[in-house]
Amino acid sequence: MRGDRDVRTEIEDFITAYAHAIDDGALDGWPDYFTPEGIYQIITRETFEAGLPLGIMLCEGRGMMADRVQALRTANIYEAHSYCHLLGRSQISAQATDHYQARTNFNVIRTMQDGGSEMFAVGKYLDVIRVQDGRPLFQERRVILESRRVDILLVYPL
Amino acid sequence: MAVSTADELSEPLRWPADGVTRIPYRLYSDPEIYALEQQRIFRGPVWNFLCLEIDIPKAGDYKTSTVGEIPVIAARDENGDVHAMVNRCAHKGALVCLKEKGNAKLLTCIYHSWSFDLQGRLKGVAFRNGLQGKGGLPKDFDASQHSLEPLRVEVFCGLVFGTFSDATPTVEAYLGKPMAEFMTRNLSRPLKPLGMHSQIIHNNWKLYAENVRDSYHATLLHTFYTTFKINRLDMDGGIVLAEDKWHHISYAKRATFDEAPEYKRDQIHAANYDSKLAGPHLLDSWNEFDDGITHSIQAIFPNLAIQFTLNSLAVRFFVPRGIDKTELFWFYVGYEADNDEQTRMRVMQGNLTGASGLVSLEDGCINEFVQRGTRGSPDGMGLAEMGGREVESSAASRATEAAIRGFWTGYRKIMDFA
Repeated sequence: MRGDRDVRTEIEDFITAYAHAIDDGALDGWPDYFTPEGIYQIITRETFEAGLPLGIMLCEGRGMMADRVQALRTANIYEAHSYCHLLGRSQISAQATDHYQARTNFNVIRTMQDGGSEMFAVGKYLDVIRVQDGRPLFQERRVILESRRVDILLVYPL
Repeated sequence: MAVSTADELSEPLRWPADGVTRIPYRLYSDPEIYALEQQRIFRGPVWNFLCLEIDIPKAGDYKTSTVGEIPVIAARDENGDVHAMVNRCAHKGALVCLKEKGNAKLLTCIYHSWSFDLQGRLKGVAFRNGLQGKGGLPKDFDASQHSLEPLRVEVFCGLVFGTFSDATPTVEAYLGKPMAEFMTRNLSRPLKPLGMHSQIIHNNWKLYAENVRDSYHATLLHTFYTTFKINRLDMDGGIVLAEDKWHHISYAKRATFDEAPEYKRDQIHAANYDSKLAGPHLLDSWNEFDDGITHSIQAIFPNLAIQFTLNSLAVRFFVPRGIDKTELFWFYVGYEADNDEQTRMRVMQGNLTGASGLVSLEDGCINEFVQRGTRGSPDGMGLAEMGGREVESSAASRATEAAIRGFWTGYRKIMDFA
């Protein structure tokens, strides 16, 4: 039987690897961080705390996530930019066997092609994580943005 | 940036001889023109969007917004009537309401505790009679002369509008019949909020006013539908201009087709959107209206638009935050009468527009590209001849810039740019 420390390390590694994959532009593998029916949503804190359902980005299932990636590669037009995620320490609680909730603060610095690096997004991840075959996966990842306001546009997932 | 109230430009603007088929770049970058717009447009004979009526449902509810750059309050009084006033204390000029939304019996300025009722009338002045018989306001101080500066208010189709000008006709007359009827189609049922966010776009507000009227760019810049081979089945479309050209409707209709019986029963036509999507439930939708219109956008002068993209209904409000900065608000709504499935579909279709809109996120940067491209060329001008040089409705085609010419027709008139 695994200890709490092992689980914490495993989940923290998972959350860190997700952020680094996006920073590296390795978006093809992005849907694979989720369960097949997993939910990904970016929503403002104001909307979330009002209990309203409609945020900024919503994917239900890996298929919709793959569509997002294909769209941003082939359909959508925007100026080149990259992200750098900075994560806070995760707060993790066990809900049941192989079922965890995690909350992690994040700060994303966006670098544009003109060289400007500026804070783009700040907020928290509210995650529901399932461990399947020894591997953590997001059953749900809600990205709660502190600000209601997005600078220019938001095309890469956070 | 300082907003001057000067009523003239140090260098007068002469509109090019080709009329509204030419758009001087100077209009996007001249701070004097920007300042003049605050006076002639936002303080002028237009209806400015203030908030949704559902933002202030109860007595005492208030919401702050801006008319151009002017901070305003919309409030509902104890009788249920909606009022609007400048959010500027009649004493020192400080903001009265600090919160974006709230509920109060009196609106009290924190600086010196002057308080106003929900109509903006001055009701209380701290130490009005002084302390221990000393100080205080002069005996002849007339509180009735020191209300918050009022705006005239009208609620139409769940939208709260305000105007500074006595010359503005009723909202319905301002819109004209075709515009008022289409707004009634979309917004006359009780609304419920679904979510809100905003975007900072780094361009003059008028570039977005053009962009929402630009039916020509839709399939050229926004290629999501074609990339995923989404068979939209909504080929027909057109542009309707208001009689005075200030406002417009752009619409697309689905072609007639025979619906499979099971879809007809549920009024869901997702199966009609053949696509290469791996997650096709993105486009689950249903027919809400009998007129066959599946996509529409309606722009209301000066800075409001209402979108109905499949079932995604949103009020877009774009606020000038400086000569080259605009905040674009997305207020997504549904109807009170929606069932859970309908709400789910509206929420999912929220992916199509907004800051991350699969179909239209390019609009977040495209106007900035014009702002940057025209920098340093105030004497240059843009072209708007697609679909002809007329400023008329176009039932046949959306490959037209008629609505853009319409915006500039209204703009020239209200700005008095001969």
